[in-house]
Amino acid sequence: MSRDSGAEVVLRLDRITRRFGALTANDAVSLTLRRGEVVALLGENGAGKTTLMNILFGHYVADAGSVEVFGRPLPPGNPRAALAAGVGMVHQHFSLAGNLTVLENIRLGTEGLWSRSRAGAREKVARLSRDFGLAVDPDARVGRLSVGERQRVEILKALYRDARILILDEPTAVLTPQEAEALFATLRKATARGLSVIFISHKLHEVMAIADRCVVLRHGRVVGEVDTHATDKAALAALMVGGELSLPRAEARVPGAVLMRLDQVSTPDRGAAPGLKAVTLELRAGQITGLAGVSGNGQAALAEIVGGLALPAAGHLWLHGQEPETWTPREALARGVARIPEDRHHQGSIADFDLTENAVLEGYRTRFSRRGWMDWRAARAFAEGIIKGYDVRCPGPETRIRLLSGGNMQKLILGRALAPGPEIILANQPVRGLDVGAIAYVQAQLIAARDRGAAVLLISEDLDEIMSLSDVVHVISQGRLSPAFARGTMTAAELGLWMAGQKFEEAHAA
Amino acid sequence: MSEIVDILISASFWAAVIRIASPLILATMGELICERAGVLNLGIEGIMVIGAFTGWMAVYQGMPLWGGVAVAMAAGMLFGLLHSVLTVPFGLSQHVVGLGVTLLATASASFAYRLMLPQVTSPPKITPFQPLYIPGLSDLPWLGAALSQTALTWFAFAVAGLVAFTLYRTPLGLAVRAVGENPAAVEAQGLSVTGLRMGAVIVGSGLMAVGGAFLTLSAFSSFFFEMVNGRGWICIALVVFGAWKPGKAVLGAILFAAFDALQIRLQQTALGAVLPYQLFLALPFLLSILALILMSRRAEVPAALMVPYNKGER
Repeated sequence: MSRDSGAEVVLRLDRITRRFGALTANDAVSLTLRRGEVVALLGENGAGKTTLMNILFGHYVADAGSVEVFGRPLPPGNPRAALAAGVGMVHQHFSLAGNLTVLENIRLGTEGLWSRSRAGAREKVARLSRDFGLAVDPDARVGRLSVGERQRVEILKALYRDARILILDEPTAVLTPQEAEALFATLRKATARGLSVIFISHKLHEVMAIADRCVVLRHGRVVGEVDTHATDKAALAALMVGGELSLPRAEARVPGAVLMRLDQVSTPDRGAAPGLKAVTLELRAGQITGLAGVSGNGQAALAEIVGGLALPAAGHLWLHGQEPETWTPREALARGVARIPEDRHHQGSIADFDLTENAVLEGYRTRFSRRGWMDWRAARAFAEGIIKGYDVRCPGPETRIRLLSGGNMQKLILGRALAPGPEIILANQPVRGLDVGAIAYVQAQLIAARDRGAAVLLISEDLDEIMSLSDVVHVISQGRLSPAFARGTMTAAELGLWMAGQKFEEAHAA
Repeated sequence: MSEIVDILISASFWAAVIRIASPLILATMGELICERAGVLNLGIEGIMVIGAFTGWMAVYQGMPLWGGVAVAMAAGMLFGLLHSVLTVPFGLSQHVVGLGVTLLATASASFAYRLMLPQVTSPPKITPFQPLYIPGLSDLPWLGAALSQTALTWFAFAVAGLVAFTLYRTPLGLAVRAVGENPAAVEAQGLSVTGLRMGAVIVGSGLMAVGGAFLTLSAFSSFFFEMVNGRGWICIALVVFGAWKPGKAVLGAILFAAFDALQIRLQQTALGAVLPYQLFLALPFLLSILALILMSRRAEVPAALMVPYNKGER
């Protein structure tokens, strides 16, 4: 089916099956990869992509099926054997040590523990950086690098080990469009040199741009294998979700009054994370304000100001046209600011508390206590209301929240935030890591809240999400905020230039 | 003031500084190795006691001095093994295990002492390490007196150099540093997180015990129950002070030793007649806290310090 189907087969996965309890994560999945080819592995969260790659890489052992690399069977459950056979994997969550330098991270594990350091490592890294267009300073500490640079280090790590097969797990999830383009250029150089690439993604336009062939997984099975030149995005999307899917669309509305206004707000830098630089932002009733940007560019600082966790070091915060005298999370809650925190595991919930306790975390001192005693009856009723009203799938309100899937956990947090009818909603990465069904649900709820008259601040790294939901878009880069762009006035590429900071320089120069 | 200057320029003062710093350097290097691998070893205080006791007892029973050092190291490694089994494969709380090891080791030393010497009222003495005569060096004016040190002191400085070299110049050291930063990355490279961490704790504990043995085999000639006297806890602070770097940690040990040597001498000056001696005793600790605050603000803590690693979990 592939264009150059005569090329040597470098990897053959044959009827791989893996079960986790009752769940069949991979059901007789077969896949072949040829020399110099990019194969996209496409599928929803939970379709079995990562499980399959973990089996290939030896992190899991398959219940049935076999893996062959360059015609030789790979022993199961042995990452070392996979490395030695020339398989390199770049995980979605990088496995780098932040305190070590780039060179040290690359060298780690390539030399015998009891030997002297090998000479020539630096030269080899320099040569690989040059050949593959992976510019990075070998003596920089990894902790100080940007996400894009860290990814380059991961790819260099694989190339340094003479990988002939590169597996990239959702490599563009953390990149700006321009960085993604640079990554694609690197991949094209790699395939031109005879390397083969498996590209795991659920972003269709990227798959269309880079892959020669596309294998679609759904519920652990291969549901389609197509040449990307003989298909289109709609067909792939239908294969992926098993039918048409209607994504929520927010129709334009006339916005209301300004509910919150940040006026020339600045905050100090914190280590590598930039603070805000004279940010002016208006949140209007009945409007979704999208904040686009690569993470770590000041989103956290902005979210802290809006949510009451921090005060501006300079500038003013106006709420309903007044400057609040005190500004704390409790004050913010009392003034109708609801928060959907960025990290639902660490900031949004307490893992070993049950659903009732988690549901009342933001109101246990006001709405759910009487004369200093907890009103558990009301708390439980509130939790049950959220479970019913927000479709939280769980055994009951006494379930510990850590047992819930990400989507259901997020629905509970969403319900907790939206149930009191807030005026201002801070939604920080509200759909990160959720499956398509949960994403559609959360987004629809945000739109409904807007239609009810709430001001929504949507912070997201996903440009598609920002562009489809937001009435106005700002881009944040190095703590600087772009002007507001009305819906539909900017393309993704233009926003990408703002995200990369380039447009700020131009605007500054002009 | 002139009295302080007189103290600071005397060779005997600096000889004392180096002598006081030596056990701290040994134990600090041990703790530093453990922490670089991601394990906080609060067993240090007890392991130093065990080292002091076993080294001294071995020599008292007729072994040569270096044999005593070896016995102390072996005893320390044994407690290190216990600590590492509990904290690494079992993943128990490093605080609880460390304090437990300290209590167990201290009590074991007392118990063994009473078993082996039931009759004595004052602990017997041994002949400790004597200052080494180094041809040329020892004849130099001032410097010769300041560097009139025992072989165990030279050993301590050699150990510090070896630890620094291993950590920064060998693949083994790279792996140890990486396992304290991101064990998952080490695992992904096919190295054993458990092996590296256990190895670091065992070797580190051996060095702590030699630090303890320095007290009985070089500094004093006998064993007292309270002789370690919080030095282990000082070493934990010194690791932080040194920002987990061997060179800076050695400097920290010397600085602390200098304060300690200074306070002893200050007690004998005119000041000592005015101020209560407890104030002088507290001086090195107060100054250490101050230095710690100033020095460790920008330190990069090993990211996986005190985080047990369970394979397959996220």
